[in-house]
Amino acid sequence: MIDFALPRYQVRRDAEECVGCGICVRECANGVHVARSGGTAPKADHQKCVNCLRCVLTCPTRALTITRWPQVDGGSAVWTLEYLQDIATQATSGGVLLSSMGNPLPYPVYWDHLLLNASQVTNPSIDPLREPMETRVFLGGRPVALEIDERARTLRSPLPPQVKLDVPIMFSAMSFGSVSLNTQRALAMAACELGTLFNVGEGGLHRDLERYADHAVVQVASGRFGVDPRYLNAGAMVEIKIGQGAKPGIGGHLPGEKITAEVSRTRMIPEGADAISPAPHHDIYSIEDLRQLVFSLKEATRYEKPVAVKIAAVHNAAAIASGMARAGAEVIVVDGFRGGTGAAPKRIRDNVGVPVELALAAIDQRLRDEGIRSTVSVVASGSIRSSADVVRAIALGADAVSCGSAPLIALGCHQCGDCARGRCNWGIATQRPELIERLDPDEGAERVVNLVRAWTHEIQEMMGGMGINAVDSLRGNRLMLRGVGLTDRELDILGVKHAGE
Amino acid sequence: MQEVSFDATRVGGAPFGRGCGARQRSALGRAGCDRLCGAPIEARLREGAVRIPSGCAIAAIMDRSGARHDGSDIVKAIELMHDRSNGLGGGFAAYGIYPAYQELYAFHVMYESRDARAEVEAYLDTYFMCEKQERIPTEPVASIKNPPDLWRYFVAPHTMRLNMSGVDEAEYVMRHVVRINKNVDGAFVASSGKDMGAFKGVGYPEDIGAFYRLDEYRAWAWTAHGRFPTNTPGWWGGAHPFTLLNWSVVHNGEVSSYDANRRYVEQFGYSCELQTDTEVITYLFDLLCRRGGLSPEMAAHIMTAPSWDAIDRMPAEDAAFETALRTVYASALVNGPFSVILGSEEGILAINDRLKLRALMAGEKGSMVYLASEQAAIEAVCPDAENIRPIEGGEPFVVQLDEVARRQDDHGVWSSPRHAPLAHETGVLPRREEGRGL
Repeated sequence: MIDFALPRYQVRRDAEECVGCGICVRECANGVHVARSGGTAPKADHQKCVNCLRCVLTCPTRALTITRWPQVDGGSAVWTLEYLQDIATQATSGGVLLSSMGNPLPYPVYWDHLLLNASQVTNPSIDPLREPMETRVFLGGRPVALEIDERARTLRSPLPPQVKLDVPIMFSAMSFGSVSLNTQRALAMAACELGTLFNVGEGGLHRDLERYADHAVVQVASGRFGVDPRYLNAGAMVEIKIGQGAKPGIGGHLPGEKITAEVSRTRMIPEGADAISPAPHHDIYSIEDLRQLVFSLKEATRYEKPVAVKIAAVHNAAAIASGMARAGAEVIVVDGFRGGTGAAPKRIRDNVGVPVELALAAIDQRLRDEGIRSTVSVVASGSIRSSADVVRAIALGADAVSCGSAPLIALGCHQCGDCARGRCNWGIATQRPELIERLDPDEGAERVVNLVRAWTHEIQEMMGGMGINAVDSLRGNRLMLRGVGLTDRELDILGVKHAGE
Repeated sequence: MQEVSFDATRVGGAPFGRGCGARQRSALGRAGCDRLCGAPIEARLREGAVRIPSGCAIAAIMDRSGARHDGSDIVKAIELMHDRSNGLGGGFAAYGIYPAYQELYAFHVMYESRDARAEVEAYLDTYFMCEKQERIPTEPVASIKNPPDLWRYFVAPHTMRLNMSGVDEAEYVMRHVVRINKNVDGAFVASSGKDMGAFKGVGYPEDIGAFYRLDEYRAWAWTAHGRFPTNTPGWWGGAHPFTLLNWSVVHNGEVSSYDANRRYVEQFGYSCELQTDTEVITYLFDLLCRRGGLSPEMAAHIMTAPSWDAIDRMPAEDAAFETALRTVYASALVNGPFSVILGSEEGILAINDRLKLRALMAGEKGSMVYLASEQAAIEAVCPDAENIRPIEGGEPFVVQLDEVARRQDDHGVWSSPRHAPLAHETGVLPRREEGRGL
């Protein structure tokens, strides 16, 4: 039988530039580059290339470029080459197509249809170099009103636990196992430096990261990996993971080959055993069950940590979020369908869920309609690509955002989407020691800190331009947004006016 | 609300379109006035239909002793700042003007048609008991055109209906006022507090003052506003001060946090119909003080919260207190340039934005306290005023009646939100479209 699978990429090597040093051979864990004897240029096995750019960027003479495989399809807009290839693959394997990262299809990116405001004449813009420009936010549950003694300036009833973020940008959940320990370590160090939080994901907290735990969100997912009282009390916040934007409605599967001794110890499962996260939490079949888990976790942490609940952005997200708030969730995290993942079935990733912009706008408005928006915090994630996206998300109603792909890109990820195979040449989505050591956590942390600091400067410039000097006044301030190229229905859901209005 | 043109002569106003007033005007003033006379008013949008940025002049005069003074000084003070408004809105609030009716709610109502008056009077007859009703006396002023028919009513809530309503008296009055303003075309309740009233309209504030014959009223506190809207004909109801129960607010600035503040108060049943900063600031004070149990000073402190840098430098206990305030009331932070004077039955309170982006001066003489956007306006009415100084950004400037200050010294200040705060208020006003609930 002929193999129908075509390469996706073509590795082009400039024969004049290549000096036959063999670095590409050593750098590529996928085995694309095959050395030939006698100091001549290596040969490429195009089929194995995932376009991670490792060889391109490490080639000392810039001799390598990757292009798309030049094969055309039949010209049909329906039966594209990608569908032909997918069908061929499944006809061979009989399996579910596996993919990584977020939804890559050209659905509308609403961020790109929302423009920001600036002050002119009737009020002054504020110069962040001359005036304080506050980006600090707190996450947690709140009463609608405080009982205070005004003369003594004290509280008559304590405030529920809050976590402080010096910047409204957190790092999304990525478990040890799906990413390397060096990746987590880099994010943990960056979070400490920036005064924000990283999220250990569902894989437990590695003992080497305990020193960063006061900047960690510890996740409780359906597999309950690594969850014990010590774990819950170590973090700054506990997060119940119900769903993930890249794969709403389904669980997770970390294959046994990635369950190394370290991963095994951290997850508290046998070495080499598959780590299966069931699709639902088997103790949460309804909203009242969620309430029981929320309060179990509050009991376990002596009501000293906020409890967050994370859901994937799905059609009924607004009503679900409202139910979560009433079930005791203090932070509502909504993850859109462009949010990344280490592994998701391709058809789920590409077809299930909704854009986070719409879900966030609907959730914020619903919570306000019910008069409970001020009692909870809302976090949005799933394709926050720049500081402008952060500003848009906050203006739509988020207290803060989480981003995963952006800090990974800062660490070297090039969005090749091949995380699941565990051969990440950048040392991120892998457990292979020789690959992990390519990622220096100190250097990585510095790059992530640089990225977030740069975004923060940009956020401050944009807020100052709007005449706003605290992120509190940006939150839910939808008059600072205008839509372009959107229908009335879309504008209505986003709660913004069209540009020109 | 519908735009209804009606007979100005009925209430003694000048015929429409005969020049811009007899008084001397600066060139700038005349330009603003010509613009008003030029285009058909009906073609332009009102407050509520559109959000309109505006600059302004504000002033206040108060006698802490509670002694009452006529309105000539406040008119003089605001007149001096003529160029800070453009003839598209002026107004005054006065406290202590109706001592004979001080237990009753004084409703100042503007009517644009006979039908509107009939409808409102029938409504008031249903929900209130009216002790007295009369036209508000006015004086023809050449530059004041098309004034609405202005009436006042001294009312008490209908006892049985109040008992049945399940809310307290203030809430009862507020809801009915909001309902009239929202539902009756051509009617607007300009003020509804006890022993106080708002006098406002379209025109320069000094002309509005003359029109309402303010020299015939005596009040222990006066506030004033001259408006410089950017793109509206001004509408009598949309002029300032904005009032709610005993609150009155005059404001100069443009609040850049407007939509965050609006969406915050709307959670609690307020409906920002006019889309003005003044309206949302009034609602914030009402939410935090009347409903939330805080003092106006604390509410102002929350609205201009100390910076995180300042909080980080505080002793731990103070920092925890301030952090709790900023966290719980984050969306009540008011941002952008503003100076606000709040009037209430206790006195006046002035507040400037945190960065002090708008001018506001204070001066004193004996028991008198003066506030104005410009120092010259204070000196115009009190040449030997003492302690003249700017209000500090983010620091509430509170002037209480001596009697109120004494009472607070005796009883102390502590704040507690009402039992089950806000729970019964949510969603009561007819704000949301049907079918948007869960």
